[in-house]
Amino acid sequence: MMASARFLIPLGIFIAVAAFLFKGLSLDPKEVPSPLIGKAAPEFSLPLLNDFEAPFANGDMTGEVWLLNVFASWCGPCLDEHPIIVNFARSTAVPVVGFNYKDRPRAAKQWLNRHGDPYTQVVVDLNGRIGLDYGVYGVPETFLIDQQGIIRYKKIGPLTQMDVSQDIIPLIEELSQ
Amino acid sequence: MIPEVGHFAVILALCVALAQAFFSLVGATRGYVNWMAVSRPAAYLLFFLTTFGFCCLVISFLTNDFSVLNVASNSNSQLPWPYRLAASWGSHEGSLLLWVLMLSGWMAAVARFSKGVPNDMLSLILGVMALVAIGFYSFLLLTSNPFDRLLPPAMDGRDLNPLLQDPGMVIHPPMLYMGYVGFSVVFAFAIAALISGRLDTTWARWSRPWTTIAWAFLTIGIALGSWWAYYELGWGGWWFWDPVENASFMPWLCGTALMHSLLVTEKRGSFKVWTVLLAIITFSLSLLGTFLVRSGVLTSVHAFATDPERGVFILGFLVFVVGASLVLFAWRAPKVGLGGRFDLVSRESALLANNVLLVVAAASVLLGTLYPLFLDALGLGKISVGPPYFDAVFIPIMAPAMFLMGIGPISRWKKSSVPDLALKLKWAFVVSIVSSLLLPFTMGTWSLLVSFGLLMAVWIALAGIVNLWTRLKQMSRGEGRTFWNSVASLPNSYYGMLCAHWGVAVFIVGVTLVNGYEVEKDVKMSLGNTVTIGNYTIRLDALKDLEGPNYTGVEGSMAILVDGKEVDRMFPQKRLYTVQQMAMTEAAIDTGFTRDLYISLGEPLSDGSWVVRVYLKPYVDWIWGGAFLMALGGILAVSDRRYRKASQPENGTEGVTASS
Repeated sequence: MMASARFLIPLGIFIAVAAFLFKGLSLDPKEVPSPLIGKAAPEFSLPLLNDFEAPFANGDMTGEVWLLNVFASWCGPCLDEHPIIVNFARSTAVPVVGFNYKDRPRAAKQWLNRHGDPYTQVVVDLNGRIGLDYGVYGVPETFLIDQQGIIRYKKIGPLTQMDVSQDIIPLIEELSQ
Repeated sequence: MIPEVGHFAVILALCVALAQAFFSLVGATRGYVNWMAVSRPAAYLLFFLTTFGFCCLVISFLTNDFSVLNVASNSNSQLPWPYRLAASWGSHEGSLLLWVLMLSGWMAAVARFSKGVPNDMLSLILGVMALVAIGFYSFLLLTSNPFDRLLPPAMDGRDLNPLLQDPGMVIHPPMLYMGYVGFSVVFAFAIAALISGRLDTTWARWSRPWTTIAWAFLTIGIALGSWWAYYELGWGGWWFWDPVENASFMPWLCGTALMHSLLVTEKRGSFKVWTVLLAIITFSLSLLGTFLVRSGVLTSVHAFATDPERGVFILGFLVFVVGASLVLFAWRAPKVGLGGRFDLVSRESALLANNVLLVVAAASVLLGTLYPLFLDALGLGKISVGPPYFDAVFIPIMAPAMFLMGIGPISRWKKSSVPDLALKLKWAFVVSIVSSLLLPFTMGTWSLLVSFGLLMAVWIALAGIVNLWTRLKQMSRGEGRTFWNSVASLPNSYYGMLCAHWGVAVFIVGVTLVNGYEVEKDVKMSLGNTVTIGNYTIRLDALKDLEGPNYTGVEGSMAILVDGKEVDRMFPQKRLYTVQQMAMTEAAIDTGFTRDLYISLGEPLSDGSWVVRVYLKPYVDWIWGGAFLMALGGILAVSDRRYRKASQPENGTEGVTASS
């Protein structure tokens, strides 16, 4: 009997994988880890992509409604999303802060040169430490943060024109009143 | 009316599949001859009904019937007709219909081309495929009906995603699906063999051509997808380790292992258990790929509009199919005897080692793909796994496999001697070392990675030549044939093997050189400005407005100068698709044997100039050329004479043609 136990190994592995996949179904990666919405955005102070000496803290943005966009040059979907961000930055006065996630700064700079830089500032999270606080796991991700530093909106995965026009813009108008 | 008829045809198809599964499986296990007689005609009927249903959907698309939800969401009256055709499988629902069309097509092919397979075995095979079909037809009808009406009808459609409006995208999904679904055939063969207990060399012999064809389709499908990404996404990347790319790559890796393992099982009777497990795993990974794309458990560029209900359905189906087959495996496989014994140095060992490496590579891709999900599910935090992981893991695993690829085909079955192999391959080895050290200098700078990549490529290529040469020499000396007579008498499957292996070498050259020597420049250009890259000077001569059927845009006219003389003109475009308001970059690519010149328009700047990206990509087309050679090798192997005359079952009396 023992000899044939090893033939059960593939089945065992498969059951384990299937269990995870089932769990995964209820963990929608596109939906928010909603706990963050309505909470204060985790504080950070990170170097700027253009100037490593000058830190940028999210506290600097108090009093403004702003968008935090997590991106990386190695991320294919970010490129899909990019025109939407560029468009957004061009058509609204809302500051868009780029959050360069686990990237090589040189590659990020090239990427921005190549595809256009819509960001008012780009902060660098080299090892993904701050990204962890923000629950970043699918790049790109986008956060809308209000005047008090509260996260009002979060999207995992590429923004679409629809997200911008149906969710983000109305929310900004509401917050700015 | 037409969509309803199509819908009805698909419902009928499900009923046929139910009847076929019942009569074939029960008939085969109980030995009712007249029940088994159902399976063949049922397969043809299933194929007919599904084709009919598919045509109904295509007609709805071609005639712009916007009262069909699927058409309204994925097409537009301004869309050119070839893309309206392709839009039939551009949506989740449509691509699922394409999937079942192909499954029924493969079933009809099995029914038609398996003359040598005994009736009860064929019934089992078709019965297992019918079970798989039942799952997919029900999935289609219960959760994703492509024929749903939209009332009142839309005035016009929402248009096909502009990314998909491209010739490459028209044929990429069908090819990929042919591969995915094709593995269901070898899966069904394996399950049938497990049920009947006839896990022998004949079984391997029947399975081989089906595996090879499915593999060739998958190879072409993946290559087309990669080529599309290269020219359509506008930044010249060709592989991104995206979850959905991985989902197609894992079955490819396992399918490659399976082809080689089937070879050993057929020729030597060994690896039976391993082969049958690989057949199950390969198809399971195809199903897993479907699950990943459709359920939205992972974020990906490719993810279709996702829906938890669909995810649960596919997962349930996955658990049923894979779970049941693995239970069957655990129950039956222990009774399968071991095959012929072999020494540590033998072709079997080389193939086994390669098999293990391929499977480990597939497992590491699987791990990387699912890792974020695992950690998340365990509450251990959220991470992302990017290309750095895959590059770091994949290359070291594949390198020894590439080395063994040179040795395997030239070593003997059962027992080979190291000195003999060393004698045969010493020149190939020396030449590949020397050339890999020197060749990088001809390209400019020397780097370790380039040198290493070239070493692998040259080694594989030379080992193939040595193999061919030795074979021909033996034949002309031992059997007194003339040279050309020997060339002609080597079987196609042997040439197929050489062709596919050379394909790998060509592929490696492409990857290595483009990674090592690619040059890119991003410049701001106004009219009359030039940029120099390599030997080429590129001058922006004109910008004109563009008016397409469903887009507007700008087209740049670039003169390509070499030594001050104009040699070519290139026209990169930036398009804005009007319905979805999506900007697309249409790169201009001058394809060459040794390099691609790639120009794409970036963003317009406020002063009227444009950001222009220019790449010089040496040998990049060898990547897809290599993949094409691999697929061609598969097709050559299948065209082998012995498959055409293989109507009578025979056992291992292969004689001289024991090859590849």
